[in-house]
Amino acid sequence: MTVAIVCIAGIGLVAAIALALADKYLAVREDPRIGMVTAVLPGANCGGCGFAGCDGYARALVAGTAPNGACAAGGDACAQACAKILGVEAAATEKRVALVKCCGTRSEAIRVGDYNGICDCNVAAATAGGDKGCRYGCLGYGACANVCPKNAISIHDGLAKVDKRLCIGCGKCVKACPKHLIELVPASATIHVLCNNPDKGPSVRKVCGVGCMGCHMCERLSGGKEAGHFKFDGFLAKVNYSNPPEDAAIVAKCPAKCMIEDPHFESGH
Amino acid sequence: MKTVKSPFKFKGGVHPDYNKELARESAIERMATPAELVVSMSQHLGAPAKCIVKAGDFVRRGQLIGEKNGFISVCVRASADGQVKAVEKRLGPAGGMADAVILDTTAALPEDLPPVEPLKPLDWKNATREELLKRVEEAGICGMGGAGFPSAVKLNPPPGKRCEYLILNGAECEPYLTADFRVMLERADRIRTGVEIMRKILGMPAVRIAIEANKPEAIAAMEKAFADIEGNVEIVVLPVLYPQGSEKHQIYATVGRVVPEPPALPIDVGCVVENVGTVAAIADAVEKGEPLLERVTTVSGDAVANPKNVLAPSGTKYSDLLAFCGGTKEDAAKVISGGTMMGFAVSSLDIGTTKTTSGLLFLTRKKVFQYSSQACINCGRCLRACPMNLNPAEISKAVESDDIKTAEDAHVMTCIECGACSFGCPAYRTITQYCRRAKNSIRARMAAERAAAQAAKAANP
Amino acid sequence: MKPKTTESHLVLSSSPHTHAKSSVSRIMLDVIIALLPTTAMGIWFFGMSAVWTIAVCVSTCIVTEALCRMAMKRESTIGDLSAVLTGLLLALNLPAGLPLWMAVAGSVFAIAIAKQVFGGLGMNPFNPALAARAFMLISFTGPMTTWLKPICRCKCDAAPDVLTMATPLATMKRLFGHDATASATPHFQQAIDSLPSTWDMLVGNMPGCIGEVSAIALAIGAAYLLWRKVITWHIPVSFIATVYVYSLIAGGAPAYMQVLTGGVMIGACFMATDYVTSPITAKGKLIFGFGCGLLCMLIRQFGGYPEGCSFAILIMNAICPLINRWTQPKPFGAK
Ligand code: SF4
Ligand code: SF4
Repeated sequence: MTVAIVCIAGIGLVAAIALALADKYLAVREDPRIGMVTAVLPGANCGGCGFAGCDGYARALVAGTAPNGACAAGGDACAQACAKILGVEAAATEKRVALVKCCGTRSEAIRVGDYNGICDCNVAAATAGGDKGCRYGCLGYGACANVCPKNAISIHDGLAKVDKRLCIGCGKCVKACPKHLIELVPASATIHVLCNNPDKGPSVRKVCGVGCMGCHMCERLSGGKEAGHFKFDGFLAKVNYSNPPEDAAIVAKCPAKCMIEDPHFESGH
Repeated sequence: MKTVKSPFKFKGGVHPDYNKELARESAIERMATPAELVVSMSQHLGAPAKCIVKAGDFVRRGQLIGEKNGFISVCVRASADGQVKAVEKRLGPAGGMADAVILDTTAALPEDLPPVEPLKPLDWKNATREELLKRVEEAGICGMGGAGFPSAVKLNPPPGKRCEYLILNGAECEPYLTADFRVMLERADRIRTGVEIMRKILGMPAVRIAIEANKPEAIAAMEKAFADIEGNVEIVVLPVLYPQGSEKHQIYATVGRVVPEPPALPIDVGCVVENVGTVAAIADAVEKGEPLLERVTTVSGDAVANPKNVLAPSGTKYSDLLAFCGGTKEDAAKVISGGTMMGFAVSSLDIGTTKTTSGLLFLTRKKVFQYSSQACINCGRCLRACPMNLNPAEISKAVESDDIKTAEDAHVMTCIECGACSFGCPAYRTITQYCRRAKNSIRARMAAERAAAQAAKAANP
Repeated sequence: MKPKTTESHLVLSSSPHTHAKSSVSRIMLDVIIALLPTTAMGIWFFGMSAVWTIAVCVSTCIVTEALCRMAMKRESTIGDLSAVLTGLLLALNLPAGLPLWMAVAGSVFAIAIAKQVFGGLGMNPFNPALAARAFMLISFTGPMTTWLKPICRCKCDAAPDVLTMATPLATMKRLFGHDATASATPHFQQAIDSLPSTWDMLVGNMPGCIGEVSAIALAIGAAYLLWRKVITWHIPVSFIATVYVYSLIAGGAPAYMQVLTGGVMIGACFMATDYVTSPITAKGKLIFGFGCGLLCMLIRQFGGYPEGCSFAILIMNAICPLINRWTQPKPFGAK
């Protein structure tokens, strides 16, 4: 018994000394600012900045190889804090969140087939273009939800929805979507057009009950072309986010019912 | 000229139900030009052609409407007289969107429309190699077996590489399809002429005509057509095994050479493989000045009233093809562009045929299997079936858990997407789809890396 | 709400659009069919106690599987018949006359612990039936090594049919290292004589587990599996050949006896060939079979138990992923 206690204690002692020595002589000296910058970054490790996690970005920032403000998740406040640590000027950035520009739910958008295969939008899109009649709409197989580091995206009724409170604007979903219908928009904007189909009205109507027909009603009601609240791509209205419309009354007037005020789905996590 | 049995057997392969009897006996029938054609600018492998007409234009049959756009690309010509209704993005069979010219063929051409200069017939025996190559390119010919590789590129090996074997692909191992079979029976003389032209372009390589053993009539027809040809020409009878028609496996089965992993091409082992239909098209383009505007498509499947081999202009909508074959006698549950092993399920009959549409199948509910995949039970069937000797089970498991790196290390890029693995999987795993997914994301990553490298070079030269 | 669709509602899926129509349940059914001859022989030799063991194991496995899937809120997998097969295999690897509650415990272990905990069929690292058997061997060593004497059906002398006796393996263990050809010592001769006759060994008239005794019935089953292409020859052949060659070299009881007794036949044809827990490539299978045979014989000669087949297979199960890694196929055209 005594022998055992002595032995174990001895091993512990030797190990402790070794560790203490190692800490003293083998420690890696690091720029202390790296730790400080890491501390002000959100710590989400989302990779949206293009570096391997927050730590990677912090190192690059301190080394001067990365621009300040690349962290979408941290937004303006984070950029300011980093700037203070690094002693540079910070350009003001605005918090952006992802917006899924489609509102063709299962009950509104026509499905032309029965997709049978791997549950992933990219793969489904490569199979006859997907099972949705609309070639531009959300397929609802969750490629975006799978890459979201914050689990801010969930699929409801065949449609991806973003929870504005959770979204950090890293932009990973934008890259993942095969239909390219997710856009990063200012978090402050509240009026959105939820459609991605630039086709003419009649062909949109054929495949979806809530598709934009390009009737320009929203533009007219928000002060006409000169006011510049909307832009048009083919027969698709797009909100001009650098000059967003303010009057929420136009939303109810949209004949296609694809305009929505603050559609950011709050999933109640 | 002699007929030999294939001396080499590749590993793997499967035996799907062939169902060829449905359309096998029906002779090629020419279909009248339908009222509307959907002529895609992306009928081939590589960059889509650049459309040079606009809505309202009148075009004549054979007129150039899409220009070759890059090295690996093919031009597109109007397959009928008519007026351009619209030029718009249309869904292709493979699920991608590409520019298509919608042609109204009922519109009367205005009197004063200038005639288009037709391609002149060439006397190939006296024409130079360059003239012949140019003709193949002008005629818009690409491989008609499935992939649609530009023939002019294939027939013009890069410097330093020589073609020793010209292999004619008459295997047609896809279930249901009989288009190539009928072409071999009915257009044997065109194939013979085509071979002689291609031999001339390629510098007199040896010729191997590969046909599966289940087509004795085609073998006989080829024997007759090539009876008096000079030089090293052999008909190689291949055992019935899917995917015998795959380029790499055909090269192995006929001459015993192994094409290395991608990006190597058949020419790296001195071979050029061309589908028999393409060879006939080359003969027409050279001898008659007839561009590639139409092809034989097998319309078959147990839902079709009268399965047929139809000669239709490119751009014929699937619905018109179906109507020509008497419509459906039972409800179709699945429509496939191509064969059942590698074809594409389509969601709409408004898609137009292309130069590579070898078949159009309408299957009833009975023939359509819908599955829910289970976990892999490690049975090894996919491994034994894979003609590329990959480990599809491991690849599918890796991709399922989003581990593209492991799939890449397991050589997924070598996969030819033949479907042999999924075909036999008792757990109904969509292995081929997993492979495709891995390949797509690896390709996307490589493209991004290339773009980044280029941008970096541009930034600091 | 039902989604809106067009009239022509077509199935969209990736190629291939046709299938060989094989299925997991069909494979499992084939293995069950292949096990029927040996099951019948087991019942013939061990009577009603064998019937009870089999019935209890199979039904417990099915119920456990159903309950596990329900508890995990996953779809039911009873239909794939793998639970039935596990139950049957486990029962065939138990001695007849085992208290039935032990059979129940073993079956629950096989399905709940050895299979469903890992995620169900396809994910289990160890063969569930064998894992359960090993668990029972350790937990209930006594009953698990008490062997019923087979009911005497042929030369019916008056022997009562509930006698227990040692398996030939225990005898053979003592013989290792003796020179069989010299057969000089009367001691040796006596031991050899106490072993069942060759014919008894072939048909299964000897003590042992319910399903492992009849070599002929097992061979018929294996032939059926080979014919149906459910298994390949690699594992059974390399396993049995290794056992044979080892016992030739090690001496002792005639080599064919080592193959015919104990769990070698059922192990090589039915347990080691379990897809999930054996390597996927042909080369890997050969290595796997060799390893199983070698370990089995090492345990037989030097181990604490007279029989080592189950443990040998379990150990090889554990290194199966490694074997898979070593034996990746070389792609067509790869350097
Ligand atoms: S699809 Fe790919 S992995 Fe599957 S069998 Fe064919 S080549 Fe092998
Ligand atoms: S065929 Fe299916 S179940 Fe069998 S090993 Fe391959 S993927 Fe797994």
